[in-house]
Amino acid sequence: MPFKGVDFYDIDSLLSEEERAVRDTVRKWVDDEVMPIIGEYYIEGKFPSQLVPQMAELGFFGANLPEKFGCAGLNNVAYGLIMQELERGDSGIRSFASVQGALVMYPIYQFGSEEQKSEWLPKLASGEAIGCFGLTEADFGSNPGGIITTARETSDGWVLNGAKMWITNGTTADVAIIWAKTGEIEDVSSIRGFIVPTSTDGFSAKDQKGKLSLRASDTSELVLEDVAVDSGALLPNSADLKSPLMSLTQARYGIAWGALGAAMACYEEAVNYSTNRVMFDKPIGGYQLQQARLAEMLTEITKGQLLALQLGRLKDKGTMTPQQVSLAKRNNVNIATDVAREARRLLGANGILSEYQSMRHMANLESVYTYEGTHDIHTLVLGQAITGMSAFS
Amino acid sequence: MKIAVCIKRVPDTETRIKIADDGKSIVEAGIKFTLNPYDEYAMEEALKLKEAAGEGEVIAIAVGTDSSQETIRTTLAMGADRGILLRMEDAPHDVLATARILATELRDGDYDLILFGKLAIDDYSQAVGTMVGELLGIPSVSAVATLTISDGKGTAEREIEGGVEVVEFALPAVITADKGLNEPRYPALRGIMMAKKKPLEVRDVSWDSVQVELLSLELPPARAAGRIVGEGVAGVGALIEVLKSEAKVL
Repeated sequence: MPFKGVDFYDIDSLLSEEERAVRDTVRKWVDDEVMPIIGEYYIEGKFPSQLVPQMAELGFFGANLPEKFGCAGLNNVAYGLIMQELERGDSGIRSFASVQGALVMYPIYQFGSEEQKSEWLPKLASGEAIGCFGLTEADFGSNPGGIITTARETSDGWVLNGAKMWITNGTTADVAIIWAKTGEIEDVSSIRGFIVPTSTDGFSAKDQKGKLSLRASDTSELVLEDVAVDSGALLPNSADLKSPLMSLTQARYGIAWGALGAAMACYEEAVNYSTNRVMFDKPIGGYQLQQARLAEMLTEITKGQLLALQLGRLKDKGTMTPQQVSLAKRNNVNIATDVAREARRLLGANGILSEYQSMRHMANLESVYTYEGTHDIHTLVLGQAITGMSAFS
Repeated sequence: MKIAVCIKRVPDTETRIKIADDGKSIVEAGIKFTLNPYDEYAMEEALKLKEAAGEGEVIAIAVGTDSSQETIRTTLAMGADRGILLRMEDAPHDVLATARILATELRDGDYDLILFGKLAIDDYSQAVGTMVGELLGIPSVSAVATLTISDGKGTAEREIEGGVEVVEFALPAVITADKGLNEPRYPALRGIMMAKKKPLEVRDVSWDSVQVELLSLELPPARAAGRIVGEGVAGVGALIEVLKSEAKVL
């Protein structure tokens, strides 16, 4: 059955015709191409890479970047709706698009030279090149300023050394955006971004085994051992921790929308199940306990939708702050994890099967809750915004 | 090659229809409208013919209210070059009246091919395309499942009861598209943005001599509750008996 989405507050009327058309295209694509296969890929622990050319062709990658680079040139609300619909399919599919667009194309667009932009952006938009983003390290997750990957300048370029962890698209990627310190290890301001082709000698990627979440996504460790790149690999306008954090703000913005998609999928599944599943002679949706579950889900999704939409309007106006993104990422992912868990419970024993979606989303969302700034870190970002006092250290 | 594709805005197939208080129309609030699915096949075929020819123009034409502009833009996003809305306050329920309006628009348009969906899923009339062919005095082939155009003539295959009918015809001609003619493309996101910039001409029209009047719309009767005719092995015989005597399907 095609996905109808959730729109209890006529939020559609706040969207433009193009925004709705974009959403409906992605929605139909997810119905046709993702839903029939995703359960199987999840169980097998494989990313369905055959979808990438179609996603590129339709314009899902870096969709909010300008047309002159081969991108769709959409506004940020339309971009958010793409993320919502992709994550309705699976967080792994949305993660792929997030990384490609917000964490690879965006930093090249924002911090790259004209030459880098015209070389890489069209290739990344068309899916000819797949990218990954290397900031996090085994011992530096919430505290990325501490990274110990280094880049040392040589006569004709740079030599990079270090290891990155939890890297989405790592083994699939043709190119990696690697964040490294060009100065002393204590000098956070020396962090710069580098465009590193993954075929460069000394670069290796290894699949991270044993995941119980985001199974339909490639998560890897990267090792850089005397990786020599030419001077054109440096993103010339990247500086300090601010640059990777700006990129993460873009991705988090998409996650605030994406989580709603996962929540909507679970809610819809719960509604359908509750009206069909008969227990004690009537559909379980007729019982107060299940109604309370559904009412809570609908309420939180609707609030999250309005939050994401206004955040998108602020982003389109150019006034969005990273703290506002923190609030939306934190809230929407949190409510999505609750919705997914409650949906799974409503589904009873059937809820643990891959034939249904809720447990897959529930498990995925634990990663989404943890990556791109954990829920707790976003709490501290807001705490600092409110009080002016940092609780990070 | 100049191709017209006549399209219609219809409620989405998943819509739960509610009948309005006047008993003759449906409640439009809260309903999602889409491009008629059979018109999608017609549009896809037109775009493929244009792409194969390497030149030409595909024009989407709709008869309807202002809201049909959105439906036309869907086809522009798919790749149509421009659109024409023949606008009216409310579209006639008389298919011949609709066909006349379209024929008037199409007559002097110099089209090589005029495509329709074989039916619109809202009224199931299956008539307008064929009527337009008749009014224009050109060949028309309905419910086409395979279409080949070359050297000013066309060959079409139609799936008929128990077989396939192959017909040949001269251009210009009217074709109505059946399911299976092709696999309609998704409008790419770039296409959706470009659709805004493509020309969409809106012209007010009115119809005359309506000969069929819509009296009322009714929903099908609610399905009666199911019945358990027997349980376990013993139920099999009872079920077969009921399927024979009541449902008369065996």
